[in-house]
Amino acid sequence: MKFDWRFNVFGKPWIWSYLGAFLVWLAAILFTHGYGAGGMLTAALALAVFSVIAGVAQMFVITLGPGNVDLSLPANIGLASAVAMKMMNGSDSLIAVGFLAALASGVCIGIFNYLLIWLLRIPPIISTLSASFIIQSAGISYGRGLQIKPPPGYAEFTSAQIAGIPFLAIGTAIFTIGIGVILHRTIYGRSVLAIGQNTRAAWLAGVSVERVRLGTYVLSGALGGICGSLLAGYFRGSSLEIGDEYLLASIAVVVIGGTSVSGGKANVPGLWGGALFLVLLLTMLNTFGVSAGVRFLVTGLVIIGVIVAAGGPRSVR
Amino acid sequence: MPGPSVNIVRLVGVEKYFGAVGALTGVDFSVAAGECVGLVGHNGAGKSTLMHVLAGTLVPDKGQIVVDGLQRQGYSALLAQKLGIRCVFQELSLCPNLTVAENARVLHPGIAGWGWRKQAAALIRKKLEEIFPGHAIAPDAVVGDLSIGKRQMIEVARAFTTTKAPLHLVILDEPTSSLDSHTAAQLLDHVRRVVATGASCVLISHLLGEILEYSDRIVVMRDGAIAAADRASRFDRDKLVTAMGGAAASKMRSVQERAAPRGTTPVCVRARPFARSDGIELVAHRGEIVGLAGLSGHGQTELLLSVFRGATRRLPGLEVTDPVALIAGDRQSDGIFPLWSIAKNIGIRSLGALRTGPLISSELEDQFAVRWKKRVNIRTADMHNNILSLSGGNQQKALFARALGSEAKIVLMDDPMRGVDITTKLEVYELIRAEANAGRTFLWYTTEMEELKNCDHVYVFRNSRIVADLRRGELSEERVIQSSFQEAR
Repeated sequence: MKFDWRFNVFGKPWIWSYLGAFLVWLAAILFTHGYGAGGMLTAALALAVFSVIAGVAQMFVITLGPGNVDLSLPANIGLASAVAMKMMNGSDSLIAVGFLAALASGVCIGIFNYLLIWLLRIPPIISTLSASFIIQSAGISYGRGLQIKPPPGYAEFTSAQIAGIPFLAIGTAIFTIGIGVILHRTIYGRSVLAIGQNTRAAWLAGVSVERVRLGTYVLSGALGGICGSLLAGYFRGSSLEIGDEYLLASIAVVVIGGTSVSGGKANVPGLWGGALFLVLLLTMLNTFGVSAGVRFLVTGLVIIGVIVAAGGPRSVR
Repeated sequence: MPGPSVNIVRLVGVEKYFGAVGALTGVDFSVAAGECVGLVGHNGAGKSTLMHVLAGTLVPDKGQIVVDGLQRQGYSALLAQKLGIRCVFQELSLCPNLTVAENARVLHPGIAGWGWRKQAAALIRKKLEEIFPGHAIAPDAVVGDLSIGKRQMIEVARAFTTTKAPLHLVILDEPTSSLDSHTAAQLLDHVRRVVATGASCVLISHLLGEILEYSDRIVVMRDGAIAAADRASRFDRDKLVTAMGGAAASKMRSVQERAAPRGTTPVCVRARPFARSDGIELVAHRGEIVGLAGLSGHGQTELLLSVFRGATRRLPGLEVTDPVALIAGDRQSDGIFPLWSIAKNIGIRSLGALRTGPLISSELEDQFAVRWKKRVNIRTADMHNNILSLSGGNQQKALFARALGSEAKIVLMDDPMRGVDITTKLEVYELIRAEANAGRTFLWYTTEMEELKNCDHVYVFRNSRIVADLRRGELSEERVIQSSFQEAR
């Protein structure tokens, strides 16, 4: 309970992730003497979008309670990027087809994950991890390792900006507002929060536990699919490794953003703060010119620090 | 005091409270050398608590413990062990991952060095053969692989083994609950043999025949105090049953009688415990309060849960016509959502009705919470406070509000008054009666006799079967106890 006072100063723990993002950005531009301050923000917003989408997926799953986590997200994102690019086939007229195909691949992965968990009673951490190996193999045989370029219209769309703000960032901001409404004001969202606090009590209070869990893993899979197809457009080509960094990132933004790792409490605004903080932290370290090893070291330490610091208020459970 | 005058142990004015609940309210209890004391009473009468105090595993809030004529300060399980007091508790205490011999060693630190396994094996084998001739238990068998009956035999035999520490008193808490009648008789005969050598025994059992036949003296407990104590020959079955809780009944507030005879309203629940074809079928008509009685753990909660499942799915041997809500007794693990406000905790069962369009309306949710705050009288300044800010009784009222505020026509109650104070109870009884008059049906599992008096119809459970079907007029504490203790022999 030692850290209570710090995390409840504004009654909104996610304020801290924004503050952290701001401080990291400040440190970076002080180092460059103000050079590239705006560009840094634009780039950070553009990259944060993908962490936020993956983070929303992970947030719903983690909120289901202890043991729930979707480790198949990176493989899912990689496969979806390949599926989207292959279906679009470089042609602007097939953009919608490719996007929907990536979405469908994500939904199938979600259903597959849930079936492993429910039918075979495998703990989610293991079933999603093993699913990710299966998905990777499927991706390899499907894409044959080829990098397929996105259609020009799609590539342009994923990097479009309005007054320095990426178009995708605006879209994702609106999307996360919708997610907030779903989480707090729909029966589905309330059910997720209830299950995360006490699954048995939720069942006895009439919540359809299994249906909600299925829905949550499918939602996570679908968001992975969307994330993958957007990434392929933004980075001008698909690759099966494109999602790799989102294993750690998706979990990190959820935790830094104030969502409880033990479930039952989720925080949507914090996802943006956490994502911006992580992206800007890497930008700052890049500006300082440190090696890749130090970058990983600092990222790891930050996540450990946040979990330790946020550990106090969660002792309610 | 009849029998030998040398007391092995004496407890004087022992009190033990769990929160506001008095498990023991000033108990004097003694065991003389060379006697077998039978201890009987209802569930929750305080028998097990008293034995835990005697064995040193619970420290009493008040009172003295005298062993071998000396008042003992800082009495503990270890000291009890040294003084020759052994205990076989209801919840078996063997380590399932160890062998029989290794488990025997746990009690005897003296067995050490080379060949300790052999020594321990010899010790336990000898005792098993002495108590249960023809037992067929190998000392090197892993306990987890053995049946519950075999485990109970090992547990009992282990309690009677001796190395360095003396053996003066063995407490047997329901030692025959998992034994068949033959092995049970072997054990009880052994108890008589041990007592004849000058050691003592406390025997707790729900089988009154055992108690009457094998004890020298019988102590009856009720509501955390001693209700009767005398030589065993002065008791018979009916006297014991009356002493266990008949007398208090007349003092209870009488509940107004309802004229409505059974069967005028349609049936809304029909169930057989575990879909068994033997035993009586449970039937609940609309607007009835149906009580589920019997000793705890005899299948009442399982029946409620199967009715709960049956409301959303077709299950064999089950008929549930209307939506169901359940009020949990174990509110921490089955009831409350600790991160939420009182209002959200109440609203979770009725979210469908609290929406405007597809979204939950916080306005409707607040109105709902305020309405139920008044109806069940939840004592809080603001329904937006966290649920944990409430006292236990008020948390329980919130759970009642959750169920009664829902659209459910059938309400299942899983002994929901555990740890609830008397004022709250009376408020809730009235609420239940009013809701039943308005057409709701209640299935009410309770371990308290007083609550059964609020029921229109009572089914008594024993060994996962319904063994008695009592109408309101036929209900009496004696009948319920008689049916719960019916013996197969």
